[in-house]
Amino acid sequence: MSTRLATGGRLIDTSQPMAFHFNGTQFKGYAGDTLASALLANDQMLLGRSFKYHRPRGLVASGAEEPNGLVNLGQDGKFEPNQRVTTTELFDGLTAKSQNHWPSLEFDVGAVNAKLAKFMPAGFYYKMFIHPRPLWKHVYEPFIRKAAGLGAAPKDRDADTYEHFYAFCDVLVIGGGVAGLQAAAAAAASGAQVMVIEQTAHFGGRAPVDGGEIDGMSPAAYVNEITARLEAMPNVTLRTRMMGAGVYDHGYILGYERLRDHDPEAPGPRHRLWRIRAAQTITATGAIERPLSFGGNDVPGVMLASAVRDYLVNYGVSVGDRTVVVTNNDDAYRTAIAIASAGLSVPAIVDARADVADSALVAEARALGIRVLAGHGIRMVQGGKRVTGVTICAQAGEGAPVEDIACDVVAMSGGWSPVVHLWSHCGGKLTWDTAQSHFRPDAARPPIGADGTAFVHVAGSANGEMMLDAVLRDAHAVGTAAATASGFTADENTDAPQASIATEAPMAAVWMMPQGAGHKLRSKAWLDYQNDVKVSDVQLAAQEGFQSVEHAKRYTTLGMATDQGKLSNINGLAILSDALDQPIPQTGTTTFRPPYTPISMGSIGGEARDAVFQPIRRTALHDWHDANGAEWEPVGQWRRPYAYLRAGESTHDAVMRETKNTRENLGLLDASTLGKLIVKGPDAGKFLDMMYTNMMSTLKPGKCRYGLMCDENGFLIDDGVVARIDEDTWLCHTTTGGADRIHGHMEEWLQTEWWDWKVYVANVTEQYTQVAVVGPKAREVLEKLGGMDVSADALGFMEWADGTLGGFDVRAYRISFSGELSYEIAVPAAQGQAFWDALMTAGAAFGVMPYGTEALHILRAEKGFIMIGDETDGTIIPQDLGLNWALSKKKEDYLGKRGQMRTHMADPSRWKLVGLETVDGSTLPDGAYAVGEGVNANGQRVTIGRVTSTYHSPNLGRGIAMGLVLHGPDRMGETLTFPGTDGKEYRAKIVNPVFYDPEGAKQNV
Amino acid sequence: MSNAMSALNAVSHEEGIAQITEVGLRGMITLRGDLSDAQLIKAAEVAAGVPFPEQNRANTDGLSGLCWMSPDEVLILCPHSEAPARLAQLQEALAGSHVLAVNVSDARAVFALSGPHAREVLAKLVPVNLAPGAFEPGMFRRTRMSQIAAAFWMADAETFHIITFRSTAQYAFDLLKVAAAEGSEVGYFTA
Repeated sequence: MSTRLATGGRLIDTSQPMAFHFNGTQFKGYAGDTLASALLANDQMLLGRSFKYHRPRGLVASGAEEPNGLVNLGQDGKFEPNQRVTTTELFDGLTAKSQNHWPSLEFDVGAVNAKLAKFMPAGFYYKMFIHPRPLWKHVYEPFIRKAAGLGAAPKDRDADTYEHFYAFCDVLVIGGGVAGLQAAAAAAASGAQVMVIEQTAHFGGRAPVDGGEIDGMSPAAYVNEITARLEAMPNVTLRTRMMGAGVYDHGYILGYERLRDHDPEAPGPRHRLWRIRAAQTITATGAIERPLSFGGNDVPGVMLASAVRDYLVNYGVSVGDRTVVVTNNDDAYRTAIAIASAGLSVPAIVDARADVADSALVAEARALGIRVLAGHGIRMVQGGKRVTGVTICAQAGEGAPVEDIACDVVAMSGGWSPVVHLWSHCGGKLTWDTAQSHFRPDAARPPIGADGTAFVHVAGSANGEMMLDAVLRDAHAVGTAAATASGFTADENTDAPQASIATEAPMAAVWMMPQGAGHKLRSKAWLDYQNDVKVSDVQLAAQEGFQSVEHAKRYTTLGMATDQGKLSNINGLAILSDALDQPIPQTGTTTFRPPYTPISMGSIGGEARDAVFQPIRRTALHDWHDANGAEWEPVGQWRRPYAYLRAGESTHDAVMRETKNTRENLGLLDASTLGKLIVKGPDAGKFLDMMYTNMMSTLKPGKCRYGLMCDENGFLIDDGVVARIDEDTWLCHTTTGGADRIHGHMEEWLQTEWWDWKVYVANVTEQYTQVAVVGPKAREVLEKLGGMDVSADALGFMEWADGTLGGFDVRAYRISFSGELSYEIAVPAAQGQAFWDALMTAGAAFGVMPYGTEALHILRAEKGFIMIGDETDGTIIPQDLGLNWALSKKKEDYLGKRGQMRTHMADPSRWKLVGLETVDGSTLPDGAYAVGEGVNANGQRVTIGRVTSTYHSPNLGRGIAMGLVLHGPDRMGETLTFPGTDGKEYRAKIVNPVFYDPEGAKQNV
Repeated sequence: MSNAMSALNAVSHEEGIAQITEVGLRGMITLRGDLSDAQLIKAAEVAAGVPFPEQNRANTDGLSGLCWMSPDEVLILCPHSEAPARLAQLQEALAGSHVLAVNVSDARAVFALSGPHAREVLAKLVPVNLAPGAFEPGMFRRTRMSQIAAAFWMADAETFHIITFRSTAQYAFDLLKVAAAEGSEVGYFTA
């Protein structure tokens, strides 16, 4: 059983006990524990079930590479699934639940899959569920969806907050082990701004566990010394609990800082996503130990040798009483030595190497009386939910049993693989190191920045340097080089500290144990613990033609689990290479993609939630609207009142009331959101003639003209009223959603195409509160306010004038989007509310009511005025809408002119705008299609038109609509059929789109 | 006019790790033109009452200022009530030149963000190096603040003045409050 020892544990504080719950049972741990070490200390080895076969799963590792130890962590608003116990720091009151089992961890129905394992080989799902087709949707998919996924989905809103932070530095060091710290010290000596980020809560990495001596000190003492030295330097920032998540182009690095995971009740954000720009980045990310592939290597109790050592040294936790070490290298002997030195039993070291040299570590193990079985391997692990023993065999041969050894832990080591992920994210290449059997960064092919030079460097074990002295020398040189590359002069007087550690004999490449394992053993030898991929699966994939490592990965799901193959990758591709009979470098690796380990969705979103999820633009009258019953409609990022509801009134009733009142009395509309662009300069007229389909250069100062804008293909992109202010100044109104877009459109043409035209554009949309004063009593209310002359003679239709009204400085436009007598009055936005209040007060005598966007829509539809976004959808040209009158024939060119001459655009069979009047007065469904005779090539009913706008008109007392219809204008009076999605068929007559006051008498008074 | 109101009516927030205040209405005039033209430089300096700024910089003095916005644009700061007169004066001085000068005072909201943590509060929202030395009083930056356009300068070592569009003032205020939430100190610039 696993237990806490009486002594040891350099990271825990036994004076601070902490209580926590796992699957409802209360356990005890200490400050400094990870959830993993605390569970082990309580003999909780079984932590979950694997994904496919629901096999029992226990801890394999002690760090970010852990594939099995995933739990549902926390409750309610702080619940999060798939949390890795090895990287979860213990806190008092922590609650965790195991995943992927039903009904319980100990007894899991899904484990029956394991009994069927031989019928569920690689590609099983692809092969099994493809036929018969109909079963997929109704049987297979629901079943697989139910089975899929490890953790539970959160049900509550996330109670935590998150944020981003932008940081800039000269040298960023990712990884705070001895290599990272040494590289930082070397770089910082040059005066460069240096930041070191370490994913765990502690600096030093593995060195304090693995031993040796640095500058006459223990590695732990040295780490304290160098950390203190760096902390004292003003140009160095050290951050723990912060992972380098991804390396991107231009030295852009994502750092994932976990601020409150270890202290969830403290105020402040839970995670902070750092968006770092670093001139140079050093990845000092260390190395990860590889498992060995032998039968039963997934039974709980089989762990990485380094992890067994970590739990012992860092947390004072013994994983078991009797530990068999199985290895192909000297490093694992450190585990055996540590265990034996702690007074626990190591019945044997099973060393796959035929000749075990009498190196320092081997000699020390032997001196401790540990039996070394050279040239041997594990044939099979015994036990189900926990290791009970191992059967030994010769490594050469097919695995005939030699001996059974009782044990409760197997500590395995297949050698070490550098953590090359961050080096590789942005294109750093790898080279195969035969002596150490791993891929290591190829310094000659680094990630290249915009200037053609390396912007990522790699130091220490991440660079394939496995011995302490070599690590420090490498790190010092790399730190110096990075500082130089970021433009600083290295301090020649600094050097790497003197370090020594036990020398090691060469390792042996061992990818399968025993070497000639038959199918039965291979199908019990796990590569990917989380996704249940075995040696036999990868071999089957190769046999079935999946030769590319990327294909084999997807076929078998090797490395596709949440750990992204940190343990399984190299072993898997070694097996694949062997099956394909090709060298490992020829097989290559799969692609390393960010993030290094999963980061929270909350951190990606940052502060963008609740009130600041996205900006909502408010006019100066927003609060008034809100206080007066506004039902809001999003229009771009603006909120505009859809209608103002009175007490007890439905939205529809409010819209009807507002629409009628505007025609009969007086309506006020907040039109501030409409874009206002000032275009000025000697070439402004020429420029606007290109921008608009109409002629704008001939407009007289004081006059207004409605204009259309098309893109270069001829499609309508915007419309609005243009006012000429003076000889070289125009004010262009755009649609609400179009203001920024059209501003950008104008700037783009001015900056890229007509850069020599003398034109400046300014967006003054928000400078003004603009109020549409609409209805038969519009003039009367303005006259009541008093000031400028707003009579028909002084201010005619489509004219504007500056003046005062009610004491306000205003610009009054006599324009109408409703067909009524109408003024749009612009006042400085700071006075917008006061002006609106004055209008409401003065208007009381005239039956004034504010109206919203829906009334605006009905009023314009009654007049047959088009709306960008309703009648247009990016595929509509002015000719489709009968707007030929707005296309200047005098102009040589305008944007869209040539596009509109293309054969398809000039095709007479393009659908054209008409009015639609239902036969029975009902309202057509929005977007409904008119059907014609017969069916098309797809067997669908032929369509001959569609509804673009449809409303109930209170002024006409029936439904009115506009639509685009094949040969529409030539078919006046014909009746079309529109099937609705409600099963009904609607019938409507083709009519002129101007339903109301076709002579325009009402607006021209 | 006495009935003129700033977007948020000079709201302020003191509860977080930095103080946030809408400073009220400010006069602002956008001037576009040839920034190397001596006549334009002189007219702008007269209108603003401060020297013409270099690229990426602003010269400010109380409510007056001149801010470099782009290679062909500067922003003149002045008391709100004086903007129309100063604009008229500027237009007169530059009559006949190809320039565009418009009053944008009411299109904007201005916030002061202050306190020892002001730098790191803003660095949560803008992709700008705000480290001491990298950004100092006298500098000016147009950028984005989370999801909106913003421009800012430092009035002193612990105070930023931030300009946003008036319509996004509430979002900007809410955003700054979130970034200044209790317990969210970063400790990067003071390390």
